[in-house]
Amino acid sequence: MTSSAVLQAINGTSLAALLFLLASGFTLTFGLMRVVNMAHGAYYLLGGYIGLTIAERTGSFALAILGGGAGIVALGYLIDRFLIRQTGENHLAQVLLTVGIAFVIGDVALAIWGGDSLKVPAPAFLRGAMELPGGLVYPTYRFVLILFGVLVGGVLWVLYRKTQLGAVVRAGVDDREQVSATGINVDRLFVLVSALASFLAGMAGVVGGAFLTLYPGAEWEILVVALVVVIVGGLGSLEGAMLGALIVGLLDAYGRWLLPEFSYFVLFGPMAVLLLVRPRGIFGKDV
Amino acid sequence: MSEPLLSVREIHTYYGDSYVLQGVSLDLLEGRIVAILGRNGMGKTTLIRSVAGLTPPRRGAVVFKGRPLHGQPPYAIAQRGMAIVPQGRRIFRSLSVRENLLLPTSRLAHPAHVAGANGRRKRWDLDEVLKEFPQLAERIDHPGGTLSGGEQQMLAVGRALMANPDLILMDEPSEGLAPLLVRQIERIMKSVREHGHSILLVEQNFELAMSVADDIHVLASGRFVFQGTPAALSREVEVLDHHLGVSGNR
Repeated sequence: MTSSAVLQAINGTSLAALLFLLASGFTLTFGLMRVVNMAHGAYYLLGGYIGLTIAERTGSFALAILGGGAGIVALGYLIDRFLIRQTGENHLAQVLLTVGIAFVIGDVALAIWGGDSLKVPAPAFLRGAMELPGGLVYPTYRFVLILFGVLVGGVLWVLYRKTQLGAVVRAGVDDREQVSATGINVDRLFVLVSALASFLAGMAGVVGGAFLTLYPGAEWEILVVALVVVIVGGLGSLEGAMLGALIVGLLDAYGRWLLPEFSYFVLFGPMAVLLLVRPRGIFGKDV
Repeated sequence: MSEPLLSVREIHTYYGDSYVLQGVSLDLLEGRIVAILGRNGMGKTTLIRSVAGLTPPRRGAVVFKGRPLHGQPPYAIAQRGMAIVPQGRRIFRSLSVRENLLLPTSRLAHPAHVAGANGRRKRWDLDEVLKEFPQLAERIDHPGGTLSGGEQQMLAVGRALMANPDLILMDEPSEGLAPLLVRQIERIMKSVREHGHSILLVEQNFELAMSVADDIHVLASGRFVFQGTPAALSREVEVLDHHLGVSGNR
């Protein structure tokens, strides 16, 4: 029993690492530009498929991660520049547009990669299981994923909190107009942040595709959970995405284990209660 | 006479549907302080926003350093050497005092434009600004949102100076400040002028404007009803009484 509880904690934390990759980009682009991009789940899936093809052709998982991320950076730039920009500040139009984009991406992916569940091949040294202290045996890949999530989270946090570029982004979240009156081109800044978000989403698809597999519909499943992360943590907050990912990852793992028939309720029930008490999420600020 | 640093020519600006500035013109020479006085709702803030490109005028021209600013976004105007101390200070609340001050030096703001057409122009950096505002030095790592009103105003002025602008737009810097702090603002404006910067000041505080300004314009319902020196304004009993609510027999 206790060892199962510990295993579920590790399961939840590794899912949290993946969710953080996806949710951090979503929350930062929203914080800076108030852009709601529902195609983020599709970015995840397509990035995963691109990475899968690269991994199969080259045998390199690192190249797959970079290529999956870079492919989505290019696609995301075009979508921002030519489609989302047309919606201005109209959130309803953004949601409709980006949901539509997600359907198009999903169909194109279906035509190219088919409807079967595909798994991105992880490098040999990450396959198999490892023994953790206390005699627990756990899949190496998912354990390393936790370390990877912590590493990416740490780099993002330093970038966001400790560099001047991060300060400019935070200033943009506070007061976009005043940032532009300070001589900073907020649109260009947004291109940078959006590229980072796209890269993280594409990379998450490759990383997630190696243990959750890739299949049509996976984009919506992951998007819904990532949205819960962002809402629980507070839209626009990087720290919120970290804490939200951990909470949601653990709720999901324990929910599937203890209350398998209520696993969705275990996610959305606490979210609803939290929103009653803190409508802006844990780290959310007044908008 | 040399060409004005800033020349506002017959601008008409709308805020939504309301017709706020109805043909306003003014010239500001380098190294001068020009003050706009007027009651609330007369269009003072709209004038500042028109010049900064935040609410561009529909007709007329704003010419800065000899080039019209028409159609340029606010960031491009700022990069040409204009900084703003906005109404309500608009400090970045979640940034520390240091981060607030350093923001204009970000490479994204292209701070390469080294101001200083004349040799007396002071080059502002973090050390110089903190010397000018010792209160800020004590709170350098505090979030901007935790500062008092007076400290936030110093921070807003310091942030503008960090851009080393040719022209500083100040929108009611004395608003909500205790008399002692208003005097500090007054002293700072004079010292900034000494250092070669020019200021376009919008104020409701009559004494402050009269004390610092080289030229004064009185704005009423979107038009100037007086333009001249403070000394000339003090003789305009009708303007003082009717548009500024200041008793004329002083």
